[in-house]
Amino acid sequence: MNVNWGVMIPILTKAVGETFQMIGIALVFTIVFGLLVGVLLVSTDEGGVNEAPFGSRRLGAIIHAVLGFIVNIGRSLPFIILMVVLIPFTRLIIGTFIGPTAAAVPLTIAAIPFFARLVEIALREVDTGLVEAARSMGAKRGTIIWKVLLAEARPSIVLALSTSVISLLNYSAIAGTIGAGGIGDIAIRYGYQRYDNSYLFTTIIILIVIVQVVQLVASAVARKLSHR
Amino acid sequence: MITITDLHKSYPPRNARGTTVEALKGTDLTVADGEIFGVVGQSGAGKSTLLRCVNLLERPTSGSITVAGQDLTTLGEAELRVARHGIGMVFQHFNLLSSRTVAENVEFGLEITGVDRAARRARSAEVLDLVGLGDRASAYPSQLSGGQKQRVGIARALAGNPKVLLSDEATSSLDPETTDSILQLLKELNRTLGVTIMLITHEMEVVKRICTSAALIEGGRIVESGNVIDLLNTPQSKIAHALFPLGESRGEPGNTVIEIMYAGHLADEPIVGRMSREFGIDVNILGAAVEVVSDHRVGRMRLELPGSVESNAVPIARLKDSGLYVEVLEGAL
Repeated sequence: MNVNWGVMIPILTKAVGETFQMIGIALVFTIVFGLLVGVLLVSTDEGGVNEAPFGSRRLGAIIHAVLGFIVNIGRSLPFIILMVVLIPFTRLIIGTFIGPTAAAVPLTIAAIPFFARLVEIALREVDTGLVEAARSMGAKRGTIIWKVLLAEARPSIVLALSTSVISLLNYSAIAGTIGAGGIGDIAIRYGYQRYDNSYLFTTIIILIVIVQVVQLVASAVARKLSHR
Repeated sequence: MITITDLHKSYPPRNARGTTVEALKGTDLTVADGEIFGVVGQSGAGKSTLLRCVNLLERPTSGSITVAGQDLTTLGEAELRVARHGIGMVFQHFNLLSSRTVAENVEFGLEITGVDRAARRARSAEVLDLVGLGDRASAYPSQLSGGQKQRVGIARALAGNPKVLLSDEATSSLDPETTDSILQLLKELNRTLGVTIMLITHEMEVVKRICTSAALIEGGRIVESGNVIDLLNTPQSKIAHALFPLGESRGEPGNTVIEIMYAGHLADEPIVGRMSREFGIDVNILGAAVEVVSDHRVGRMRLELPGSVESNAVPIARLKDSGLYVEVLEGAL
């Protein structure tokens, strides 16, 4: 197998940069909105701190049901279909659907419900006794969410984040097939369509390394945050 | 300090076929200032619901709860939060935040009330010293033993200088020795700080060791309530019988069986020996228990006297005269 590193390295460097760009942008929005949706899913549920926003249990139940429904829709579409469906939307806000920045739009839309569900699970694992203790001390709902639920769930949320990053990496490869660029794009165009195994294997190795690093870092951070 | 009037709490059915569960059915209770008041009852009797109603973690269906002169059931959400600052609470499973150090846990309540950082630090050091954990301030709860965790829980509850401390089975998940030390601590804090303590427990031992007053709850109703010493002197008091189990021994048919209760200086007198000598009767002890209850030495004894009640009228009258509480169980015909 003859490998022309002089040609390959710049191509891969650019591809890795594009992958990081689309994942990076998507990640920022995923963290913000995923946490928000996750918190809302837990807090508006029966027995949650916000089960009756503005004093209305019905409103809480409605918010909870609607959010759950939307999250499930997001999770039921295969990414490649979601991406196609979202083309008009992407074009509307970015101006194009080609390139890594544009790809960040469907990536974000796909990752938010995924991360939100993981946040929901992490928050539900927090002992209800802690919420009760905070209430007995006269804590406001916001304090309970910030200082009890989110603070106690931090290690689990970090792990959920790493799982989401790895999913985003997976999605980004699919995005590559419709013009997003990135590592996946290289693997398909050079490795698959040109039968150049050196590109295929190199991209695989890069992906494996990225996933391992993400997981290692996340596990280390989670361990550091956890005092259970 | 705490007045509970005609409290009802029912839970709506969980599904169409379920039934409404009535946890409290018209509960009345008064806890005086500075008392250690124990509510005992079996699981499911409603004691946990009752305690959670005192700081409105559970909102009662009807009835009123007055703590330190303020009717909590009439308060709005914001006012209720302020009122809760004056009511500390400790829990069976401690409920400490695992992500915070001991000191940060103790400071949590003060953060909520908006105390500044320096004052929080100073106060947490103070209360941690009070519970004997001054040297573990920077440890995490997972590094502590159960007893130490409960001490942190108590320190956290006391940080805001509450008038009332609610204890939800605070010693029920601790071993007997640790239970002892936590009960001693609660008693000490009650004495030095004057904090009124209302606790629920299923362990009679807790009542025996620290409570000045007690109530028995059965099926959502208080069936007995009062000063512990008075209860011990009350005929047929269930709490007294539970505090002093004397067994089932009933003596021979035809003989007289009496139960006597004694407290204070009488506990130090040789009652049985004197009666035996004075009246020349063979007193048989069927059961006896001597304990220290809320700092009083008290005892309960079941005695068998030969012959009918009539023939023992004089010795029984003599016992009563000397200030003992006497209850005739057998041969009373």
